[in-house]
Amino acid sequence: MNWSEFFRMGGYGFYVWGSYLIALVLMGGEVVMVIKRGKASRQSSDRD
Amino acid sequence: MNLYKYASPSAFYPLAGKLIPWFAIPAAILFAAGLYIGFFVAPTDFQQGDAYRIMFIHVPAAWMGMFLYVLLAFYAGIGWAFNARLASMMASSLAVTGAMFTFLSLVTGSLWGKPTWGTWWVWDARMTSTLILLFLYAGFISLQAAIDEPRRADRAGAVLAIVGVINVPIIYFSVQWWNTLHQGATIRILGKPSIAPPMLAALLIMLGACWLYSIAVVLARLRTIILERERIAHSQS
Repeated sequence: MNWSEFFRMGGYGFYVWGSYLIALVLMGGEVVMVIKRGKASRQSSDRD
Repeated sequence: MNLYKYASPSAFYPLAGKLIPWFAIPAAILFAAGLYIGFFVAPTDFQQGDAYRIMFIHVPAAWMGMFLYVLLAFYAGIGWAFNARLASMMASSLAVTGAMFTFLSLVTGSLWGKPTWGTWWVWDARMTSTLILLFLYAGFISLQAAIDEPRRADRAGAVLAIVGVINVPIIYFSVQWWNTLHQGATIRILGKPSIAPPMLAALLIMLGACWLYSIAVVLARLRTIILERERIAHSQS
């Protein structure tokens, strides 16, 4: 398989990879935010 | 075992913590499998070329945005009608993930629309009703944030959520009711799907992955909301 052809996606590379990149950023960002908020709430609840 | 005891937020807190890995790990496996089939097994579409591969994230994101809204309205309604705090907290947790998927469906739809329709956006029925869905999520989140007393915030959110649920069938049937640019359903409840088997497999696996992801993230956020509202000590539970 030719990787540069694969990344070109038949000329639609920008749209296809852009879509998956945004999905990664949004979902990855959500996971990071949930973990951070969880840590903060555990710390403050243990202080009470 | 008394299942009703888990309706109490403090009892549900440790249970949710144990459940999360059982959804998060299969979600990661299904995302890997779905992307592999979607990019390496599914053939290039004869009409749309490789642009159609956006479908494997766009369609599950759009479905999740609608499913999670119905769930949100359901839990908000239960929380309101039966004065169940945990159900209201579940609704608050669902709102963020639902909004994220709805936004993702709009952005990926735009990135798919540009090469196939020649435009990033048109005010057609499906896209407009999906944008309204995003506004409903945003309205729910900001309404809850604006009211200090949590149970009053839950009730106000529930009213908005239940009224807004009418928008979900409008989105779903918009491609049939109005003449729109958006293509019709790929998968029909009755009758054969309109795509090749590996495309369908990748789509369904990605949908499963998005479901498992949503359950894991919503449970994790729900735990945080329980801690923030109930003032129970994490170390004691």
